[in-house]
Amino acid sequence: MAAETRPKRPFRWHIGIFLAPALLVYTAIMILPLAGTLQLSLFRNIEQHQVFVGFENFRTLFGDPNWSVNFWNALRNNVWFFIIHMLVQNPIGVMLAALLSSPRLRFAAFYRTAIFVPTILSFVIVGFAWKLILSPLWGVAPHLMDLVGLKSFFTPWLGKEQYALTALSLISVWQFIGIPMMLIYAALLSIPEEVIEAAECDGITGMSQFWKIKLPLILPSIGIISILTFVGNFNAFDLIYTAQGALAGPNYSTDILGTFLYRAFFGFQLQVGDPNMGAAIATMMFLIILGGVCVYLFLVQTRLRRYQF
Amino acid sequence: MSTATRSLPRTIGAHAILLTYTVIALFPVILVIMNSFKSRAGIFSEPLTPPTPKTFDLIGYTTVIGQGDFIHYFQNSLVVTVASLFFVLLFGAMAAFALSEYRFRGNTLMGLYLALGIMIPIRLGTVAILQLMVASGLVNTLTALILVYTAQGLPLAVFILSEFMKQVSDDLKNAGRIDGLSEYTIFFRLVLPLVRPSMATVAVFTMIPIWNDLWFPLILAPSEETKTVTLGAQLFLGQFVTNWNAILAALSLAIMPVLILYVIFSRQLIRGITSGAVK
Repeated sequence: MAAETRPKRPFRWHIGIFLAPALLVYTAIMILPLAGTLQLSLFRNIEQHQVFVGFENFRTLFGDPNWSVNFWNALRNNVWFFIIHMLVQNPIGVMLAALLSSPRLRFAAFYRTAIFVPTILSFVIVGFAWKLILSPLWGVAPHLMDLVGLKSFFTPWLGKEQYALTALSLISVWQFIGIPMMLIYAALLSIPEEVIEAAECDGITGMSQFWKIKLPLILPSIGIISILTFVGNFNAFDLIYTAQGALAGPNYSTDILGTFLYRAFFGFQLQVGDPNMGAAIATMMFLIILGGVCVYLFLVQTRLRRYQF
Repeated sequence: MSTATRSLPRTIGAHAILLTYTVIALFPVILVIMNSFKSRAGIFSEPLTPPTPKTFDLIGYTTVIGQGDFIHYFQNSLVVTVASLFFVLLFGAMAAFALSEYRFRGNTLMGLYLALGIMIPIRLGTVAILQLMVASGLVNTLTALILVYTAQGLPLAVFILSEFMKQVSDDLKNAGRIDGLSEYTIFFRLVLPLVRPSMATVAVFTMIPIWNDLWFPLILAPSEETKTVTLGAQLFLGQFVTNWNAILAALSLAIMPVLILYVIFSRQLIRGITSGAVK
């Protein structure tokens, strides 16, 4: 429209120049490889040549028990990993944010800074530090549990098949709780003062104020946090690799899609690395994440909009 | 401002919960740093007490500095992080300016295209990225890592920065145009200085995942020459499983630079998050 009112405007080269570097790097390093990976999943290396095989790799992934057992195991573990995050990380994050945002709370800046510390540490540090703490050799965890009389409940959680995944999920929760806390905190601070004052005039204070007034208003932020958690969890790798190695022991009980992809791609021990199978797994992860993002965009976000100002 | 929201038991309860969680958050970090300054006997006999003259020992640190080439790894991490950060901020700001300032055909589409990368992790393209790097001879170079991290950081940077650039006053830019400034001068001289605070926010968001990443250094640049500190620490820790002094010292060495930077910049970081950049 604007162009028609000024028909003789010369071509604006500067727009192209401003956009070019970002577009170039982003397209070449991110979009094309992503597309390339999806494409590779349809090929197979036969006698040193990439041959188009259609959905053969996916048939192997789902049909061959050597692959499918591992895949479903990794997917199941990943879902459990996500459930723990949603049930533990986000409610605690919301609670901490709600407490932090209460008016005239002393030391709020200190709490905020301290609780965010684990989030800035790398997985390597977090994984190893917790491995040491939970190690029966060192005995810090049993010693601490002894102080509250729970020593008999101690087992080497990371080494037991039935507990290892939950323990690692909780470690991951410990690390990332700062993110939901900060985002919800920001959302709570942005609620207009008038809304809160109106609620107080109507006698709604304290807990009921949180449930009836603030929570509905921060639902969009909770939606964003959920999708961020989802994408982060189904793409996780580092913590498991650091704490349990690429084999995601004990006995694959902590194997998630990220570690499964790594093993398929690079091979491990007796298994030879296979880029095409790796690409097939990456494609499945892509579809899962895309599915989650679409659910969020089309179902969750459109509904939550109504509550926004 | 009713008095009910500030009743004493409620305040005490809030402090109790927050303090408990602060202890949970900090305990592992403090435990590791504290014990890194102890002798082996001290680590095992009294893990929960600060080092005393009797248990104080720097053996762990001397092992780490003697064995691992941590200073070199540290330099690599620094080069990769600073270079990626520079490109993300420069390219990201330029693209954000183009998207927020000019109306042109395909503007919205371009914005959506760039936003795609916020939700879809670059890691899923690893198989093809490795092939690309092999083909271009960039495997085991820091350049490969810088390229990947630049691409990884751009989508969020463009998204956040264009939100902020929309707030820069049009009058100012038009005044510049009337004075005959070129579009480039307007961008570099007028707009960039005004969005500096939001650049800092983006910098922090971009920096943490790059510094802490293990996946790409492991796959694209695992050679001794190009190891980053995260990968170096991972391998070192794997080798020294039984040497508790060395492990604790290596962990502390990896924690402390990040922690010091965080304490210095935490105000900036938190202001960045709460200013509504990522709502």
